[in-house]
Amino acid sequence: MTSTAVSHKPVRWGRLAVHLGCLAALLVMLYPLAWLLATSLKPADEVIASLNLLPSHLEWSNYSTAMEGVNEVSIWRLLGNSLLIAGGAVLGNVISCSLAAYAFARLRFRLRGPLFAFMIATIMLPHHAVLIPQYIIFNQLGLVNTYWPLILPKFLATEAFFVFLIVQFMRGLPRELEEAARIDGCGPFRSFFQVVLPLTRPALITTAIFTFIWTWNDFFTQLIYLFDPDKFTLTLALRSFVDASSTSAFGPMFAMSVIALLPIVLFFLAFQRFLVEGMASSGLKG
Amino acid sequence: MTTTAIPTETDRVPATAPKRRPKREREGAAWVFLSPWVLGATVLTLLPMAVSLYLSFTDYDLFNPPQWVGLRNYVQMFTEDPRYWRSVVTTVTYVVIAVPLQLALALVVALALKGMKRGKAFYRSAFYAPSLLGASMSIALVWRAVFNDGGTVDNLLGTGGWVNKPGWSLLAVALLTVWQFGAPMVIFLAGLQQIPAELYEAAAVDGAGNWRQFVSVTVPMLSPVLFFNLVLQTIQAFQVFTPAFAVSAGKGGPADSTLVYTMYLYDRGFVASHMGYASAMAWVLLLVIGVVTAVLFRTSRSWVFYASEGDR
Repeated sequence: MTSTAVSHKPVRWGRLAVHLGCLAALLVMLYPLAWLLATSLKPADEVIASLNLLPSHLEWSNYSTAMEGVNEVSIWRLLGNSLLIAGGAVLGNVISCSLAAYAFARLRFRLRGPLFAFMIATIMLPHHAVLIPQYIIFNQLGLVNTYWPLILPKFLATEAFFVFLIVQFMRGLPRELEEAARIDGCGPFRSFFQVVLPLTRPALITTAIFTFIWTWNDFFTQLIYLFDPDKFTLTLALRSFVDASSTSAFGPMFAMSVIALLPIVLFFLAFQRFLVEGMASSGLKG
Repeated sequence: MTTTAIPTETDRVPATAPKRRPKREREGAAWVFLSPWVLGATVLTLLPMAVSLYLSFTDYDLFNPPQWVGLRNYVQMFTEDPRYWRSVVTTVTYVVIAVPLQLALALVVALALKGMKRGKAFYRSAFYAPSLLGASMSIALVWRAVFNDGGTVDNLLGTGGWVNKPGWSLLAVALLTVWQFGAPMVIFLAGLQQIPAELYEAAAVDGAGNWRQFVSVTVPMLSPVLFFNLVLQTIQAFQVFTPAFAVSAGKGGPADSTLVYTMYLYDRGFVASHMGYASAMAWVLLLVIGVVTAVLFRTSRSWVFYASEGDR
């Protein structure tokens, strides 16, 4: 750009226009969230047929009703169930995916090329192709209506996306440290736990956060595997509101929605750098 | 996470470390590390795929043993089940609306943010947030209310609630996907920043204006990332479930207008207990996604430009 004093002004105006456009887009984007927060505090008669985003007064009782839970199951129970599943999934993915990733990134074994290609292909595999037989297997094992079908697969590195993410990260690490460790007599296991794993921390954090958020939001798997209301997660409990069309339940329903979203919002605010960078790098190393 | 490179066809498994330990011992260690993945890949992926292929030729309700019926599920699906075709048309319509809109918006915003000096990180995070929140039941419920009779959209546009109109309900679902444009936008933005500044400088020296630079530098250099986003978002869009489920209150209505493929699969398999039929549906979905991906890869040769091609 050969900018002179003359061409300086339009550039600045252009920049201002971009900022204004972005701000306007942001307002539209954030509207559903503002709506959710406002509605969770509205009295029942203002939810529908009122153009006013803001409630006439703050109806905190929506939250106390929501805290009572659904189907006589308290919200603490629902929250605990959601946390248990998400926590188990995080642990499973971080352990199993980093183990597999280390083998693919650093170790030599027969069939490595084909197995790596197969692992990549399973990223593309639609979940529904294996859903029904998986369900039948867990049904035969008597594990339907337990948390095993939701947690166990994560300990078997079935989410290949994360294996791939960690492989890519490990490939970027310098080999010198591992070679030094090997000369000092470290086998692959000590080398993995003491040298590679600490260096892989950013990728493991990204894996953990994405796993947590995706498991927390998951609906389909929980829908088919969990039946008892006291085993329900927050997502499934919210679903019982879906059928209820009466507007009187709207306030508590959206209060509960806010509670269900809160962990994700907090995770996002705390770890946004990892999330954005993780997403960016996933797309660039094909 | 910091070292990134435009994907190349030469990005293969690198050669490994020099030999020091006995080969067999190192090979054994590799299989120990791989064992959870191998178990998962066989028991939870390969075996279920084979089983679901078998089940697709049977009548199975989970309680009685499967009855072999040959191709009947497939014949019934393709020739006797209007709801099946309805769900196919609905899903394809959804993919064709949601994916291009989402990617176009992602690209426009990424281009707007690219040259920004102040506020880029803020906007990038803020626009990305819906990608994390949008898959939740909470937001899907908001969507249903905002697009319902008396909701915001009805009040603003006077169109009535979209969720109750067969011609409009799918658009409400698609807009929820478009709202989550942040993930592909972040990938586009990272791709844009990989483009060497020299290319733009050289183009400017040759007298190329903004538009010319966009067409001749940005588009070809960004095409691998565009392709990656297109494949990924298309595959995901074919499997849409939660937003259609929530926006239609779990029924796929009105008049089956939001009964997407996976919802009908759920309905056949887990509500009506026709596991054989649902397995056949799952295999058709798998094959269709495979074919669409293959076609995208095939056509990509004519429009995706890999910078490393010149080196070979």
